[in-house]
Amino acid sequence: MAGFKWGGSVLVIAMALLTLVGFFYTPHNPTEMNIQQRLAPPSLQHPLGTDNYGRDILSRIMVGGRPAFQAGMVAVTLGLLIGVLWGAAAGYYRGWLEEILMRTADGLYSLPTILMALLAVTLLGPGQASILVAVTLANIPIFARLTRAQFISLREREFVLAARALGLKDLRIIVLHILPNCLPTLLVQASVSFAAAILAEASLSYLGLGTQPPHPSWGRMLKEAQGFAGLAPWAAVFPGLAIALAVLGFNSLGDNLRDYLDPKS
Amino acid sequence: MMYLLKKLFGMLATLAVVSILTFFTLFVLPGDPALLILGTEADPGALELVRAQLGLDRPVIVQYASWLGGVVRGDFGRSLTFSRGYAVADLIAAALPVTLPLAAMAIFLAMAVAIPLGALAASRRGKTADKIILGFSQAGLSIPAFWLGILAIQFFAVRLGWFPPGGMPRWSADPLGALNSLILPALILALPRAAILTRIVRTAMLEILKEDYIRTARGKGLPETAVILKHGLSNALVSVSTVAGIQLIQLVAGTVVVEQVFSLPGLGRLILSAVLLRDLPLVQGTIFVGAAIILAVNFLLDSLYPILDPRIRGVQ
Repeated sequence: MAGFKWGGSVLVIAMALLTLVGFFYTPHNPTEMNIQQRLAPPSLQHPLGTDNYGRDILSRIMVGGRPAFQAGMVAVTLGLLIGVLWGAAAGYYRGWLEEILMRTADGLYSLPTILMALLAVTLLGPGQASILVAVTLANIPIFARLTRAQFISLREREFVLAARALGLKDLRIIVLHILPNCLPTLLVQASVSFAAAILAEASLSYLGLGTQPPHPSWGRMLKEAQGFAGLAPWAAVFPGLAIALAVLGFNSLGDNLRDYLDPKS
Repeated sequence: MMYLLKKLFGMLATLAVVSILTFFTLFVLPGDPALLILGTEADPGALELVRAQLGLDRPVIVQYASWLGGVVRGDFGRSLTFSRGYAVADLIAAALPVTLPLAAMAIFLAMAVAIPLGALAASRRGKTADKIILGFSQAGLSIPAFWLGILAIQFFAVRLGWFPPGGMPRWSADPLGALNSLILPALILALPRAAILTRIVRTAMLEILKEDYIRTARGKGLPETAVILKHGLSNALVSVSTVAGIQLIQLVAGTVVVEQVFSLPGLGRLILSAVLLRDLPLVQGTIFVGAAIILAVNFLLDSLYPILDPRIRGVQ
């Protein structure tokens, strides 16, 4: 890994660890109210202060990262799987199949994530499920377009023509010869998509479309903190910082990967 | 002209598809609007009556046709929740004077920041100015806009008192006050798009600066600013405008969040409450109008295209 910059990865690992530790240990119960401790500023007992119900903000941030990371993982995994199949079919076989597949992908691509989330919430009701549907749908066309572009440029290269001349089956050529060459580009996009999904989950749960109370999510915490941000700035600062650091981490990881895998550009 | 007509036709076709999609997606919705109006304790006869009044007992195709017929005449039906029976068209008409200026201001701001910064970064590639601009762009991409909005309200509105902390007076009652209450939201709305567009402009400029005609322009002794602005930027903007559309779409969609942060009575907030209240006629109407706005922005961008790129003007 000589020449790889670790800046993004360090941030990503730190935020992921914070969330992982939250599964086993939090300083306080994230949903337990404590009226005597309401709006307490940061202290030894509550390192990041408390909210208007006296709930510990650090504990809530540790647990509130779950929906964000879940959105990132689902969006990237499903988006990648479906999008690569979609784009590979279009880019390898070309013709009318490509036309239909890419028109659909373009249409889907032009729909903003918020609009998809609003439609999903109208159908399924507010909750994490609607958000997962929206972020996944948003990522399928991104990976499909990327994969198709890669396939079109790779399918005429000598090593693919040679494989075809040897009589190899299409599936074997796609999986063993073309796909491995798409991996660097897909990996960079996966990191950027992860960042976008975290940001989308935060915005949507800020709007009240995602995780419902009393369960915390970073966006939801900001929605609640907005009402008393003047009295308790810490309640509005720290959850936003958590989102920004996680998003910055994945975005920089994408840049670091791009620099490492493709030093020319 | 042919080019623009073709684009206009495409836009209307897309709008038709959107109208069909929203109407039929929402049609499969569980839950009965009549129950929503009368409550679950309602008498079955009364429910039938309300269903007939709303036209819900007719086949779906007939319902769609009558809805579309209304839309053409500017009638989107009546809201189920907003002081029950309020015309959807009136609610939308009241929201547009908030959302349209907000989006227009933000689009202008995003371009006004991104084009010069992107060009500057490209012309100083690898130098300090480039690094600072890229750093700002990375921050603008990563910081959630609504978080920045919440903090900006606390600082600029509550502490310094430069702007109202939220809400907006009517244009007719207090035009300056209305404008003032849109400044901070427009800045927050523009920020993430400006961050991305800066990178897009920079990348496009770097591609153009490799071209032979740039070397020729420099070789014949043109000053560097003339090379960058006249030969570089004007050509870079052609390729920028092909990818800028999706960013402007995202910007318009972002009004949903920003209007919520600043409690602005715009279309985004109307869509959000319609969805959360499951007010179907209002969801259909607002999403249709929202999609129309997005398509109109795209169309405007498409009509800029021949101005930027004379080659398209020539091909009829």
